[in-house]
Amino acid sequence: MIERRPITTFLAHLTLLLGVALVAFPIWVTFVASTHDAVRMTHIPLPLLPGDQFFVNLKTALTESISGAGSLPVGLMMLNSLIMAMMIAVGKISISLLSAFAIVYFRFPFRMGFFWMIFITLMLPVEVRILPTFEVVANLNMLNSYWGLTIPLIASATATFMFRQIFLTIPDEMLEAARMDGAGPMRFFWDILIPLSRTNIAALFVILFIYGWNQYLWPLLITTEKEMFTVVMGIKQMLETAEQSPDWHLIMMTALLAMIPPIIVVLSMQKLFVKGLTETEK
Amino acid sequence: MLKRVHFSPSTLPFLLVAPQIVITIVFFILPASQALYQSFLLEDAFGLSTEFVWFENFTYLINDEIYLDTFMRTAFFSFTVAFLAMSTALILASMVDRIIKGVIVYQTLLIWPYAVAPVVAGALWVFMFDPTLGIFAYALNTIGYDWNHKLNGGEAMTLVILASTWKQIAYNFLFFIAAIQSIPKSLIEASAIDGAGPLKRFWTIIFPLISPTTFFLLVVNIVYAFFETFGVIHAITQGGPYKATEILVYKVFYDGFVGLDLGGSAAQSVILMAIVIVMTVVQFRYIERKVEY
Repeated sequence: MIERRPITTFLAHLTLLLGVALVAFPIWVTFVASTHDAVRMTHIPLPLLPGDQFFVNLKTALTESISGAGSLPVGLMMLNSLIMAMMIAVGKISISLLSAFAIVYFRFPFRMGFFWMIFITLMLPVEVRILPTFEVVANLNMLNSYWGLTIPLIASATATFMFRQIFLTIPDEMLEAARMDGAGPMRFFWDILIPLSRTNIAALFVILFIYGWNQYLWPLLITTEKEMFTVVMGIKQMLETAEQSPDWHLIMMTALLAMIPPIIVVLSMQKLFVKGLTETEK
Repeated sequence: MLKRVHFSPSTLPFLLVAPQIVITIVFFILPASQALYQSFLLEDAFGLSTEFVWFENFTYLINDEIYLDTFMRTAFFSFTVAFLAMSTALILASMVDRIIKGVIVYQTLLIWPYAVAPVVAGALWVFMFDPTLGIFAYALNTIGYDWNHKLNGGEAMTLVILASTWKQIAYNFLFFIAAIQSIPKSLIEASAIDGAGPLKRFWTIIFPLISPTTFFLLVVNIVYAFFETFGVIHAITQGGPYKATEILVYKVFYDGFVGLDLGGSAAQSVILMAIVIVMTVVQFRYIERKVEY
């Protein structure tokens, strides 16, 4: 910066600390609530400092069925969420890589037609076509299955666009050299394209994992059997019964458990996350 | 588009695009055209007979005061969320630009709400504002304000806006940081030599130069508020009290799955699709303009 005035630097830090407090306070309150027992959580004012029941609540939430959650332990719901998030992230990346490869490296009839067909998926978020999509999935007998949860969300224009951009920046000499050495298309794809776009794949994976983990409306419609519930849905179920018996300490423990995997992914891969976010969405 | 050097035609490229195309047709194009078709149908209360009614569902919606109310409410909600989330993020981002030490620490502490699912964000805020137990409700109570978002529509809307804004700050923050840091330092230095103070520099140099990012974020934020806040609303108010927080997406879901008015819900879906398409086109025009300069 230009001038060094202690007062402005101080003000900047003060504003930022205030911002951090604003952003972190709800998460702190959640954490505190998850460390107290049921009795303490019915006395106002509620505590602002953590108690000593964290591991007791953790064990209860992970292994026992909580009232209103459809009697599935949170541990199993998290497993469902994990499977769904992984299937969506891996599925989106694989089919996008393949179709971007075809569109950039092959000349074939309807190439542009296919490209535009993929492009329009960008314009139709799940929320605006829920009812007819639900009917399609129901007719295909995919309700209450991992396939029904993930496949309708797998087609992705953004990922295809991103890989297309990356492939276009790879020099033509790569392909010429590969061909001279006798490599076929699939060999070129595996041994040259995939290694060259490795960081982009990782960055995209971070974004898509969070996208998949946080899905809510779609699992809500597709799953009616409790064995298939995801943790993000489970919280809503618990909130509904909170009207009668507010087990806030367990609800907040579940909320904490639902946040932790994506937060860990974001914080541990912060560089990749920022790269993935600012590059794919632009 | 196509590489100068490319593979010769074969069946392989068809096999490669097949998975993406099949999924697109089965789960995107078919349902979307079905929604379009269904929006022209009127079904009787028992689902026994359907009648082709052309644009009746649409004219009904346009003349329906409840729908227009929902529309205005959605617009108000979206612009408020976009404005609050973007201005908070911009303030924080410009402050981060001023400091030297601790940039990564602040960034780390500010970005994590991005990872929180909307419905979980809703659960957090509904807990803090729970009329009988919540910390903020208690604090408001001690200063003599009786908070109850379950009865008061205005308070319910405030809570939904707060929760939606909170979740979106992180996203805007990252984009603003990237935009501010890409401004050439020489411009800032030149204006400082000319005697412009920090605030003047912000309004005359930084703010105009990041306007493309601001515009991009405005579109993204409005799309977010239109669609992704479904989880927040479903967790906090379920559209209530008395539809005070029912936005368009919520109404599509409610009319279709709870009210079972398939034609009406489909017509609403079609209107929403039109809105999304317009916004996507606007966004793409922006990107093209950016590529040119």
